[in-house]
Amino acid sequence: MSTREYMLGNVAIARGIVEGGGQVISGYPGTPSSEIIGTLAAMKDRDYYVEWSVNEKVALEVAAGAAMAGVRSVVTMKHVGLNMAADPLMTLAYTGVKGSMVIIVADDPSCHSSQNEQDTRRYSQFSLIPCLDPATPQEAKDMMPYAFEFSNKVQMPVIFRPTTRISHGKSDIELGPVNKTKPEADFQKQLERWVMVPKNARVQHVHLLELQKEILAELEDCPWNELDIYEDASVGVIASGIASVYAKEAIIKLGVNASFLKIGTYPVPENKIRTLMENSERIIIFEEMEPVVEEQVRIIAQEIGSRVEIVGKLQGPVPRIFELNTDICADVLAEVLELKRQAVPAEVTEDFDYDACRIDLPMRPPVMCPGCSHRATFHVMKKVYGKNAIFPSDIGCYTLGIQSGTVDTTLCMGGSITVASGMYQAGEKKPICCSIGDSTFFHTGMNGLLNAIYNKADITVTIVDNRITAMTGHQPNPGMGKTATGEQTTEVSIEALCRGLGAEFVETVDTYDMKQMEEVFKRAKGYKGTSVVITRQLCVIDAKRSGIRRKPFTIDADACVGCRLCVNLGCPAIEFDMETKKASINAMCTGCGVCAHMCKFDAIQEVKK
Amino acid sequence: MSAEGISRFDLVIAGVGGQGTILASDIIGKAAVKENMSVRAAETHGMAQRGGSVVNHIRLDCELGSMIPMKGADVLLALEPSEALRYLEFLSDDGVIIVNTDPILPVTVTSGLCSYPDVDAIVERLEQSHDVKALNATELAKGAGHPQSMNVVMVGAVSKYLPISVDTILECVRELVPQKTIDINVKSFEMGRSITQE
Repeated sequence: MSTREYMLGNVAIARGIVEGGGQVISGYPGTPSSEIIGTLAAMKDRDYYVEWSVNEKVALEVAAGAAMAGVRSVVTMKHVGLNMAADPLMTLAYTGVKGSMVIIVADDPSCHSSQNEQDTRRYSQFSLIPCLDPATPQEAKDMMPYAFEFSNKVQMPVIFRPTTRISHGKSDIELGPVNKTKPEADFQKQLERWVMVPKNARVQHVHLLELQKEILAELEDCPWNELDIYEDASVGVIASGIASVYAKEAIIKLGVNASFLKIGTYPVPENKIRTLMENSERIIIFEEMEPVVEEQVRIIAQEIGSRVEIVGKLQGPVPRIFELNTDICADVLAEVLELKRQAVPAEVTEDFDYDACRIDLPMRPPVMCPGCSHRATFHVMKKVYGKNAIFPSDIGCYTLGIQSGTVDTTLCMGGSITVASGMYQAGEKKPICCSIGDSTFFHTGMNGLLNAIYNKADITVTIVDNRITAMTGHQPNPGMGKTATGEQTTEVSIEALCRGLGAEFVETVDTYDMKQMEEVFKRAKGYKGTSVVITRQLCVIDAKRSGIRRKPFTIDADACVGCRLCVNLGCPAIEFDMETKKASINAMCTGCGVCAHMCKFDAIQEVKK
Repeated sequence: MSAEGISRFDLVIAGVGGQGTILASDIIGKAAVKENMSVRAAETHGMAQRGGSVVNHIRLDCELGSMIPMKGADVLLALEPSEALRYLEFLSDDGVIIVNTDPILPVTVTSGLCSYPDVDAIVERLEQSHDVKALNATELAKGAGHPQSMNVVMVGAVSKYLPISVDTILECVRELVPQKTIDINVKSFEMGRSITQE
């Protein structure tokens, strides 16, 4: 049987967790990290425990508890999730772990699916927890068993940081053997280590700093840092993580003779950097986002009094924003080394000046699906609260409501209810109605609601409950009565939860029942205090998967006056013919009936068989 | 153009979220791995999937990164005509474009905010700079039994250019499409292949 398989980076990482003998795996969904737990939860014959936790802080603490008890644990999240989990992270560095623990944090340079492009390597420096940075999906898989061993050896958690192109890249993967030996959970009471009261924390901080020497020595010569010195090469290139494959390709393309240091760990391999410095006149550094490696290189140069010229992003020309690629690396090399280079991207864009060819391409932004219930909620919300109302929102598919004019702020997970409260407390007189999804409400919305009610914020909180974590790929959440592996569990009632948090106005409505929804929103608007409206309807993708079929709708062309009210909903199933000035419904219609509710001329009817 | 020491064949697949660009890329990637090549591919996930513009890169016999440089692709396989234009800058000067002529109108067009260019004008524009194989893959797929097998029609159409044997690609089509649709997809593949074989 072949041991090479073609797989997604995140599937390869999941495989690496299995090969390394992972025992407890927790996480919260977030692009580009979500498929790691999805893959592990779907595997047959699992000899590990895997869960979707309700947020990243919770997930990290679950994994920390498991590692304190002596087993191998993993927690997964996207980069911004670590902000939330930063509280346990910083002190976990003091306690360390007994078994092994890997903290997988997927970064998203270029913000493909994120609200910022923060660099997790900064958290590694901040917390003094070592970090591994894979260059390819294969390396990502191979790093996992190593990460478990290394973590156990230094008794510290290890951060593992793939980026979008690793997690969502595909590659042939050479599989390795599976570690079947699993340590048993056996927590040993050790107050000076596990109880971080000031007296113990002061001691552990000293220990953490002392441990750095051992960590550096261990990582210096690990397989993830590679130095190739070429005779006669006056240029040295340092590239970290995925930037190393881009830099390598650019070097081959331009035929540059350069010594090459590939970095895959933090702290960085200081001896290798020194050796490269001694053998080069000029060092060019490629790394995505923050100048983490560059700063270390500059510190080392100063320490050893090296006069090597250092080129990176602090003084340009390597960009500090967005992803790198082969073209950017080649442009930098060509500029710095004064080489001729053809096909510079800027020229390419000039060549393909669409305007000059008189072909304007229509924008194709991502949109809410045909029949998505969020569209109905936003329509009614805007109708009842008015265009001038303030609509703070949150993170999920409903953020696409930005096109409906009902997403005025999006800050972070759970940042809708709290931002709404702050605006009210600031004395804002305009009506305030915020929106938050079911999974995001369980994540951090609950705290915000409790705070709003406790401090008497006069706002409406709309929980758009599509009964799934849709945006990240349909993960289950506590409202669904189903765990990550599909097991039945307690179905948490959002209504009961809101009442438990002190809400007195809690009303639930079927999102497709526009009339009823309008009445509920009107009552909520008139209520003095924090009102909660739960608009509930299954995510259309999920509904389709579970076999729900509705009759599609059609527009009677004779009755249509071309008012465009339905068109303005922005549903991909509704089209408008500019010549006939009539709307029509295409094959994408899922039969939600929302447009039929809106039409003032009864032109939209269910298709009769 | 793919180059010695970097990659043997660089393919860009462009389309619209929901058209099956990932499956098309998977069939080709898996087939190449079966023939002992190293493969690197990049996909669009997440936010861009909701009817947005998507692009996949796939590099055969490549051990570097998955992203094809500008003007680097040997073939641009476009599952939608306007998306062919959108990603044209990835195609090398002597590269080939295989384009499905059946348009998908974005919401910006259906709601009357933008207009969709004339498909013939798009093909003409592509032909100005490149060798173009234009086909209505959606119609062909309907003929084969289901419009959703359009992506496999396109895999058939590009198969002639790939450094992989037809049998291996077909084997992967059978392995990767839903069991019930194998016959439709095999037929779709052959219909697409016959277009570029002519």
